[in-house]
Amino acid sequence: MYWNEKAETMPREEMRRIQGELLRGAVKRAYERVAPYRAKMKQTGVEPGDINTLEDIEKLPFTDKADLRDAYPYGMFAVGMDEVIRIHASSGTTGKQTVVGYTRKDIEIWNECMARCMTMAGVTRGDIVQVAYGYGLFTGGLGGHYGAEYIGAATVPASTGNTKRQLQILEDFGSTVLLCTPSYAMLLGDAVREAGIKGKLKLKSGIHGAEPWTEGMRRELEDRLGYKAYDIYGLSEISGPGVSCDCEAAAGLHVQEDHFYPEIVDAHTGKQVKDGMPGELVFTCLTKEALPLIRYNTRDICTLRKDKCACGRTLARMGKITGRTDDMLIIRGINVFPSQVESVLLGIAEVSPHYLLVVDRKNNLDTLEVRVELREGFPFDEVRRVEELERRIGKEINSTLSISADIRISPIGSVERSEGKAKRVLDLRKNL
Amino acid sequence: MIVNQISVFVENRPGRLAEITGILAAGGVDIRALSIADTSDFGILRLIVNDPERTDKLLREAGVTSGKTAVIAVKLADEPGSLHKILTILSNHDVVVEYAYAFITRKDSDAYVILKVANNDEAIAMLTAEGQQMLTPEEFYAL
Ligand SMILES: [Zn+2]
Repeated sequence: MYWNEKAETMPREEMRRIQGELLRGAVKRAYERVAPYRAKMKQTGVEPGDINTLEDIEKLPFTDKADLRDAYPYGMFAVGMDEVIRIHASSGTTGKQTVVGYTRKDIEIWNECMARCMTMAGVTRGDIVQVAYGYGLFTGGLGGHYGAEYIGAATVPASTGNTKRQLQILEDFGSTVLLCTPSYAMLLGDAVREAGIKGKLKLKSGIHGAEPWTEGMRRELEDRLGYKAYDIYGLSEISGPGVSCDCEAAAGLHVQEDHFYPEIVDAHTGKQVKDGMPGELVFTCLTKEALPLIRYNTRDICTLRKDKCACGRTLARMGKITGRTDDMLIIRGINVFPSQVESVLLGIAEVSPHYLLVVDRKNNLDTLEVRVELREGFPFDEVRRVEELERRIGKEINSTLSISADIRISPIGSVERSEGKAKRVLDLRKNL
Repeated sequence: MIVNQISVFVENRPGRLAEITGILAAGGVDIRALSIADTSDFGILRLIVNDPERTDKLLREAGVTSGKTAVIAVKLADEPGSLHKILTILSNHDVVVEYAYAFITRKDSDAYVILKVANNDEAIAMLTAEGQQMLTPEEFYAL
C-alpha cells in the first residue's frame, strides 16, 4: 500500500531527472537568498551556474549544525517571517539550539512525507494513533500528529510522560498505532509486561525514531507490545520525522528522495562512497522554502542502496544508523559507538537493554565501565553466577569492539530511564 | 526441607545496606538469619524471614532487586562435628555447596544450617537417607 504511488515507485532515471531539476532551483534560491550560503559558495569557488546535473552536487560545500548555530536564530532562513507559519528548535546537547522555520508549503510537504512513512508502517484512516512523542519545540510530537491527521487516522495527542496514563490510553482507547522514541516504547513495554495487559492491547504498529536503535531492540519491543515495530528517521534541520521509514520488508528505510536528496560521504575525504558502503549521511533539501539546507551533514553513519525493494518502492533505502561521528567515543584510541555496546547487550538474555557507559581516565589511561541491569529472574544469589555473567559480557564486548570494559551488573531499575532521548554515556573525561 | 530465602542484590554504595535494613525494619520483618556476600562492586544479602512472600513484595515495592531462592534447611544435631557430617554426606555424593550459613533459634537454642545446592530434592533425599533431621515448612516458619 502506497500513499503516493507515483513518487514512491518512480523509475530511477525519472527520479534523477526530477532531482537534478529541483537541485538547480534549490541551489540558486539558497545562493540568492541566504547570505551564509553565498559566502560559503564563493569561498569554494562555485556558482549556481556550475550546478547542472545531479553529479555536480559534489562541487558544493557541506553545511552542518555549526553553520545553523552561527546563524542563530534566523540567519539561514530564505524567506521573511510573513511566509513562515511554524518554528521548531532542536535542543543541542552542547551549546545553542538550532532553529528551524517552515512555510505553509514546507508543512504540507512534511505532512505528505509523514503520511507516506506512516502508510509504509501500515497506518490507514481507520487507525487510532497514539502520539507519545513530546509536543513542543521538538518535531516528534507535532510531526507525528499532523502526519496522522493528514492520513485521516484518529489522532490521540498523548505526548510523552505519565506512563500510567499512556497505558490507560493504550488499553481503553484501543490505540492501534504507537508513535514515540524507541527507549520510551521500551519503558512502556516494561510497564505493559508488569501490568500483564499485553493481551488486551490492539496495537498493530509502532513507529519509533529520534534515536538510534538496533534489530535486537526491535525484537524486544515486538515481543513486549505484540505489534510490528518500524524505524522512522528524520531530523528537525531537514524537517522532522518523515525523512525516511521502514516498510514491511524491513530492509532499510525508504528516503523521500524527491524532497530530501541523500548522499553518503567518507568522513575524512568528504567524497561520495559507493552504494552500500558506510559513511556520513548528507541531505540536500530539494523543495524546502524556509530553510533550504544544501548538503547538510547529519554526522549520522549509515549506508544507502538504490535497488528496488520487495515492497515495490524504488525510493533509495538507508541502512540503520550505526552511530554518529559526533557521539562516537574515542577510548584508548579505539572508536566506540554506544549502539555497538547495545547490540552486544541485546544478545545476552540475562541482562536488560538498560545500560550506561561511564568513560573516565585513571592514571592517564581511559577506562570504560558498562553498567547494565540484571533481568528479572536471574539467580543472583550466587556470586559466582553474577561474576561469570560479567566476564561473559566483557568478553563479548571485547570481541566486538576490541576494547576491554569493566562490567558492572546493576540492580533492576538502577539505570536511569529516559522519556526522551536516552542518556547512554557519562564521559567523566570532559571534567578533567 | 526446602525454605524460601530472600535474596537481595545490593549495589556497592555507602548507606545502601542500611536503606534496605531500614525498609525491613519499617515493614516489621522478623529476620531469623542473615548472610552477606560481597565483592568489590556488588553485594548479596541473603535472609531467612518469617514471611518471605510479604518481605519480597515489600522490597520490590521499594525498588529493591529482590527474589526468592529455594534453599534447604537442615537441623544440626547438638553434638560436635554435626555440620562436618552434613557437608561430608553431600561431598561424598559430589554435591557442590554454593554457599552455607548457620543460625540458632531463640526458643530452644537449636541450630540450623542453610545450604544452597543445585538440586534441592536430591540433596534432601541423600541427607534423609543418612539420618539427618528435616522439618516441615510449617514447623520451620513457626520457629
Ligand atoms: Zn520497501
